[in-house]
Amino acid sequence: MNFHNIACVYRKELTEWLRDRRTLISTVLIPLLLFPIMMVGFSSLAVIMIGKAEKEVPKIMVLGGEDSPKVVEKLRSLDNLEIVPSTDDWKQKISEKEIRAAVEIPKNFQASLERNEPETVQIYFYEGELKSSFGANRVEKFFKDYRENVIKDRLSARNIPGAILNPFDVKQENVAPPEKVSGAAMGGLLGYMVILLSMTGAMYPAIDLTAGEKERGTMETILSSPISRMDLVLGKFLLVLSASLSTAILSLISMGVSFALLGKSGAMSAKDAAVMQLHIGLPTVFAVFLMALPLAVLFAAVLLTIALFAKSYKEAQSYLTPMTFVVVIPAVASLMPGVELTSKLALVPILNTSLVCKEIVAGTYHWHSIGIIFSSTCVYAAAALFIAVKMFQRESVLFRS
Amino acid sequence: MIEARALSKRFQDKKRGEIRAVDNVTFTCQPGKIYGLLGANGAGKTTTLRMLATILEPTDGTAIVCGHDVVDQPEKVRANVGFLSTATALYPRLSAQEMVEYFGRLNGLDETTLKKRVDDIFNRLDMNGFRDRRCDKLSTGMKQKTSIARTLVHHPPVMIFDEPTNGLDIMTARTITSFIRECRDNGKTVIFSTHIMSEVEKLCDTIGIIHDGKLLTEGTLGQLRDKHAEHDLEEIFVKVVGPLHSNSEA
Repeated sequence: MNFHNIACVYRKELTEWLRDRRTLISTVLIPLLLFPIMMVGFSSLAVIMIGKAEKEVPKIMVLGGEDSPKVVEKLRSLDNLEIVPSTDDWKQKISEKEIRAAVEIPKNFQASLERNEPETVQIYFYEGELKSSFGANRVEKFFKDYRENVIKDRLSARNIPGAILNPFDVKQENVAPPEKVSGAAMGGLLGYMVILLSMTGAMYPAIDLTAGEKERGTMETILSSPISRMDLVLGKFLLVLSASLSTAILSLISMGVSFALLGKSGAMSAKDAAVMQLHIGLPTVFAVFLMALPLAVLFAAVLLTIALFAKSYKEAQSYLTPMTFVVVIPAVASLMPGVELTSKLALVPILNTSLVCKEIVAGTYHWHSIGIIFSSTCVYAAAALFIAVKMFQRESVLFRS
Repeated sequence: MIEARALSKRFQDKKRGEIRAVDNVTFTCQPGKIYGLLGANGAGKTTTLRMLATILEPTDGTAIVCGHDVVDQPEKVRANVGFLSTATALYPRLSAQEMVEYFGRLNGLDETTLKKRVDDIFNRLDMNGFRDRRCDKLSTGMKQKTSIARTLVHHPPVMIFDEPTNGLDIMTARTITSFIRECRDNGKTVIFSTHIMSEVEKLCDTIGIIHDGKLLTEGTLGQLRDKHAEHDLEEIFVKVVGPLHSNSEA
C-alpha cells in the first residue's frame, strides 16, 4: 500500500468531484435545501392554510328545529357561524363546499329536553376537508356547551351541587427529560436520515468513479499508470466515503437549523416545539457519526463494487437504484413502534445502526449492543472493501463488454 | 527492450466458449527501433499490447519489459512504459496541465522535477496556449498532444501505441506519427499496432503480422518482401493472412 499514491488519487478525484455541477447539486445543494424547504416551507404553508380556515366563518345549514326556536336562535346568535336557509340538497352542497356542515335538530328537541328524554343531534360534514371539520367542530362545541348548561340547570333544579359529576380529576405528567422525549420522537428519524443520506450521497460518485470512468475511456488510462489497483481502489473509495459523510453532515446541519427555525417560527405550540427540538449535544452527534461511520464505509465499498461491474453510467444507475430500497426497508423498520434492539437484531446491518442511533439520541447507551453493532458493521465493511479491491483486480469486470 | 515469450491470452465467452485472443506469441523489440504489429480487427493486437502494458495478465507465457516480468513485476513494468491508444482518454474535468501532473505524481516524480518536466513537454509540444483549459474543452489535436504529454512525463524507455491514429484526421495523425519517430530517434523501444499498411511501411523497422491471435510472420519490410515474393505490403498481408482468413470466415 502506497499512501502517497492513495492521496494522489484521492486529491485528483476530489478536484474532479468538486468541479462537477451534478455532484454539487446532489451532494451539497439538495441536502442543504431539502430540510428547510420540507420543514419550514411545509409547516409555514400548513400554518397559513390552517389560519385561513380558522378565520373563515363557516356556512352551516340547520335541518329541522322549527319546533325548537330557542336552540336555533342561540345558534344564529353565534358570531363564528353563519346559518343559511335549509334546502333539500344539503348533502350535495356540503360535497360541493357551498356550505361547510349541516346540523340536524330532532323533532320536538326542546320538548324532549324538558321531559328528560334522550335525543341525538346529528352533524354532517365532509371528512378530510379542513374547513368543513372546523365548521362541524364549532357546531359540536356549541351543542356540548348547551348540554353542559342543561345538566347544570337540571342539577340546580334538584339542589344538587355540580361537583357531584366530577368527583376527581385525572392528569398525565411527563417526567422524562426533554432530550429523551425528543429522542423517542425524533431519534429514529435522525438515525434513518443519516443512514439514508450517507447512502444516497455515495451513490453518484460511486457510479462516476467506476462505470463513468469506463464510459469515458479513462479506466484504461489510469490502469496503464504504475499505481497498484489496491491503491487506486482505496483512493476512489475514500472519495466516495467523503461524499457519503459530507452529504450526511450537511443534511444534519440543515436539519438542525430547520428544527431551530421551526421552533422559533411559532408554527407549533410551545409543547410541540419542545418535543421537536432536538436536544443534541456535540458528544451525541459524534456518537451517532461514530456508529454511522462503518456503515458509510460499507455503503461506499458495496456501491463502488456494484457500479464497477456495470459497463455504463446508465447500467450502474439501474443496478444501484434498487439498493435504495435495500437500505430504506431496514431503516424504516427501526422506526416502527415496538421494534427494540435485541442481540439478534444487533447483527442485522443498517437496522442495527438505525436502532442504536435512536437510543443514543434518546440518551441511552447500551455499551454491549454498541460494541456488537460497531464491530459487526466494521466486519461487514471490511469484507465489502476487500471484495471491492478484488473486483478491481478482475479483468472480466474491468473490461466487461 | 521488450521480449514477448510465448505470450497467450484466453477468454471465456458464454456463447462461444474459450477464445484464444493471443496464442503463443513470441517476438522482440529493440531500443531505437519501431516494431509494428499489423493485423485486422480482432486479430489480437490490442490484447497483446495490453498484456505488455500489464493492463491484462497473460494466461500463459510472459514478457520481459526493460528487464521486468509483466506477470511478477507489473508495477515496475508500467513505470517504464508509456501507453497510448485511442481508448486512453483524458479526465474531462482536469486541465491539460493537471492531467499530465497527475500521471507524473503517480510515476513518483517529486514536485521540482515534475514542474521542470511539465514545462519542458508543454514547450516542446507547443501546449502552453491551452495548459489551463479543461480537457473536455480541448480539440481532438489538443487532446492527442495532452495524451502524448501524459505518456512522456515520466521519461519511459518503452512506448506502446495501440492503433494511435485510429479515427483521427490527417493533421492529428501526423502529429502522432512524427511523435512515434521522435521516440525511436531518442532511443526508446517502440511497439505499435495498426491495420493501416501505409503507416507500417513508413514507420516500422520490424513488422509482425498477427491473425487469430497467432504471429504468422515477422521481419523487416525487405525481409518480408523476399520471403513472400511480393513487393506491396498489402499483398504480403493478404498472402499471409488470406488462407487462414477464408478458413475462419467459413
